[in-house]
Amino acid sequence: MVETIGNTAEGNMIINVGPQHPATHGVLHLVITINGETIQKVEPHLGYIHRSIEKMCESLTYRQFIYVTSRMDYLSAHINNHACALCVEKGLQIEVPTRAQYIRVIMDELTRIASHELWWGAMAMDLGAFTPFFHAFRERESINDIMEETCGARLTMNYMVPGGVMQDIHPDFQRKVKAFIQQFKSKFSEYNEMVTGNIIFQNRMKQVGVLSAEDAISYGCSGPAARGSGVSCDIRKIYPYEIYNTLEFEEVLETGGDSFARYMVRLNEMHQSIKIIEQLIDNIPEGDFQAKTKAVLKLPKGEFYQRVETARGELGVYIVSEGGTTPYRIKFRSPGFSNLSVLDHIARGSKLGDLVAMMGTLDLVIPDIDR
Amino acid sequence: MWSLSEIAHTIHEWLNTTFNSTLATLIEMVVAGIAVISLFALLGLVLVIMERKVSAWIQIRLGPNRVGPKGMLQSMADTLKLLVKEGLTPNGADQFLFNLAPFIAMIVAMLLMAPIAFAKDFQLWDLNIGVLYVSAVSSIMVISILMAGWSSNNKYSLMGAMRSGAQIVSYELSAGLSLLSIVVLTGSLQVSEIIQSQSNGWWIFKGHIPAIISFVIFMIAVTAETNRAPFDLAEAESELTAGFHTEYSGMKFALFFLAEYVNVFIVCAIGATVFLGGWMPFHIGSWEGFNHIMDFIPSSIWFFGKTFFLIFMIMWFRWTFPRLRIDQLLNLEWKYLLPISMVNILLMTAIAILGWHF
Amino acid sequence: MTNEDLKIKLTELMPSAVIEEGGEWLTLNIEASNWHSMATILRSEVTVCFDYLFCLTCIDWKSHLTMVYHLSSTSYRHNIVVKINLDRNNPAIETVANIWRTAEFHEREVYELFGVNFLNHPDLRLLILPDGWEGKNPLRKDFEDPINMIKL
Repeated sequence: MVETIGNTAEGNMIINVGPQHPATHGVLHLVITINGETIQKVEPHLGYIHRSIEKMCESLTYRQFIYVTSRMDYLSAHINNHACALCVEKGLQIEVPTRAQYIRVIMDELTRIASHELWWGAMAMDLGAFTPFFHAFRERESINDIMEETCGARLTMNYMVPGGVMQDIHPDFQRKVKAFIQQFKSKFSEYNEMVTGNIIFQNRMKQVGVLSAEDAISYGCSGPAARGSGVSCDIRKIYPYEIYNTLEFEEVLETGGDSFARYMVRLNEMHQSIKIIEQLIDNIPEGDFQAKTKAVLKLPKGEFYQRVETARGELGVYIVSEGGTTPYRIKFRSPGFSNLSVLDHIARGSKLGDLVAMMGTLDLVIPDIDR
Repeated sequence: MWSLSEIAHTIHEWLNTTFNSTLATLIEMVVAGIAVISLFALLGLVLVIMERKVSAWIQIRLGPNRVGPKGMLQSMADTLKLLVKEGLTPNGADQFLFNLAPFIAMIVAMLLMAPIAFAKDFQLWDLNIGVLYVSAVSSIMVISILMAGWSSNNKYSLMGAMRSGAQIVSYELSAGLSLLSIVVLTGSLQVSEIIQSQSNGWWIFKGHIPAIISFVIFMIAVTAETNRAPFDLAEAESELTAGFHTEYSGMKFALFFLAEYVNVFIVCAIGATVFLGGWMPFHIGSWEGFNHIMDFIPSSIWFFGKTFFLIFMIMWFRWTFPRLRIDQLLNLEWKYLLPISMVNILLMTAIAILGWHF
Repeated sequence: MTNEDLKIKLTELMPSAVIEEGGEWLTLNIEASNWHSMATILRSEVTVCFDYLFCLTCIDWKSHLTMVYHLSSTSYRHNIVVKINLDRNNPAIETVANIWRTAEFHEREVYELFGVNFLNHPDLRLLILPDGWEGKNPLRKDFEDPINMIKL
């Protein structure tokens, strides 16, 4: 057991950030050794929201376990479900109808935008600017309304089933999505005016938490955290799933490696997601929204791995099947877990105030880390 | 015309005719004390609701709208809640200092009320070193914060207090120097004389560019001195949870909270007095008619109007900017603001000697 | 690199490994005692360059444990799976935290959930579970928690 109170032998102070702390956005517990304002060591203590989803999934059927995963990274719940659905489909070799694929990808990208919106607001709030939070939520609210109409839920959508989506889209779906795209485009300049261009903000972000490309790979970082360091790791580009290989979009890369680079990656990713949705929204083909599947799914004996790009990075679903109705072993490779492990490395030597900038730009979602 | 000074004068006359002079002075002191305490409470209530409404307006939401008309009584309800809340003292805390700190914060804020001219001839104590008194007494604020941070026996509080100490001591310099640049022009530290010297125009207009520079520096420095965003490092919420008042609750917390708002009022009042002419109406050179119309607006309205305009500006800062980091905060003061204000005061002296100001 | 090319390459590099085909990716079955030296080869050999360990986990087969490492190369974009069987009663394996830094956290997770002992790990402590939970490994098949567990 590590001492979490008092001082170290060298006279450095140990402070506990979390599990209840305004900057950790959840129940992350960081034990920080500081010398004055300078961070010497950051040690994460996890498990405050560990629900052992992997163990739970071992006793849930292939239809049921998908919905537990909404509770991992709740901000990209839809993409988590998507990964599980894809993995089961891979095992059963189900051909998903094109309409379902289109809907899935649109929903994925909407989720990604919603997640980035929340991240943007929350990160600005960490740095002391409260106002952006409300501006971000204005746009996020529109996405949630769209989700609510079609999926029936706003946060944990549970819209995926093996073989497609649960029901067809709402008749108003396309109009609302287009209205959202308009809204997003007209309001986006506010984001830059309010936060990106602010000199205080730039000073807080630039050269803070610099992560080199080698370290990003070695620490297993993925998603915007790694792309900010110039590591090309967008699963949608490298190992395309669904219809991503037919779509035109760019993998956003920045080379700075600092917090500002990670920030810019996420901002630009929102634009790319909008671009993807624009390509799809008018062309959703007619047809089934779900493939015909058996009532009870039995995956053949073997191992199946599916990786997708969530808002936070690479999510891997690893199913080991013994041929039964439930997985024998299931492993979720969550992006947050690996991204968190780099925090100690980049935080050493920085000021305490920088820690929130780093945590903010790594975009940690604690249930995703703990699972 | 209805004016505060006449009311004060009438009361003074009546007391002196009714009682002997010693008793009259005593009663006047009590009345003044009660008036300051009520003003203190009232300002707290008004500024809190103002802040919440301003922030709501900036953040595209409604703000409090349930208690009273348009939510105007919300801060009353909050105060009531804070009054009946248990004022907890942590086990490891230094009981005496812990309980003393909020009162020192409040007393300092009240002391600062003394030299402020709320209207024409309406001032508690027009002492001849008014501006110096304000900058001297406002520095005592840091003691209460350090006391609170140290005695809480909490590392967050301690760090908040240490940050606050460094911050207030640094920004005191710039605030003082920018005030001094106007004092150079007026040749007096007395508040009433500073106001009187602006009867033909406010110093921000008369003092050329150096006056504007010192006004800007003053606004930055007092924002830092009152520990408000973007300089709220002492209570940086996302880093130190609540900084020096992490362990405070109930009325003891409310006193810190009130003291912060009253401090904002006071520094804005000083800014309004020194740069914007205090209660002096807006006059333009020799436009007799215009000046006469302006004189019809009561002086207290002028004073509070200017002060609340500055308060609004400080609130605007708070809800727009992200927070600075501690090293950036100190860099800003020692590498930029202080040298600029030093050069500025030199310029101002030259202007005063050569008589270039209007 | 396709799986066939990769297989040829890997056979050259590691003659002792048993390479299994059939799944999406090649599977290397190797001995626990060889693992660290082979991991070093996989990481440092420029022609394969597996620099990205994207998944590290363990499976409890009731008779034995299997460590599963998913490796990927960011320059060649090929993937392999490495499997190592461990004794269930006294599982121990050399750490790879010094080769892939991400393994440090993942190995700590496996340590507490499966009880695998990682030799030479820089900081092998409980990460997720509360203190005093050593010895009970929740993700093993024989773990029972009568209060909180879901059973089908």
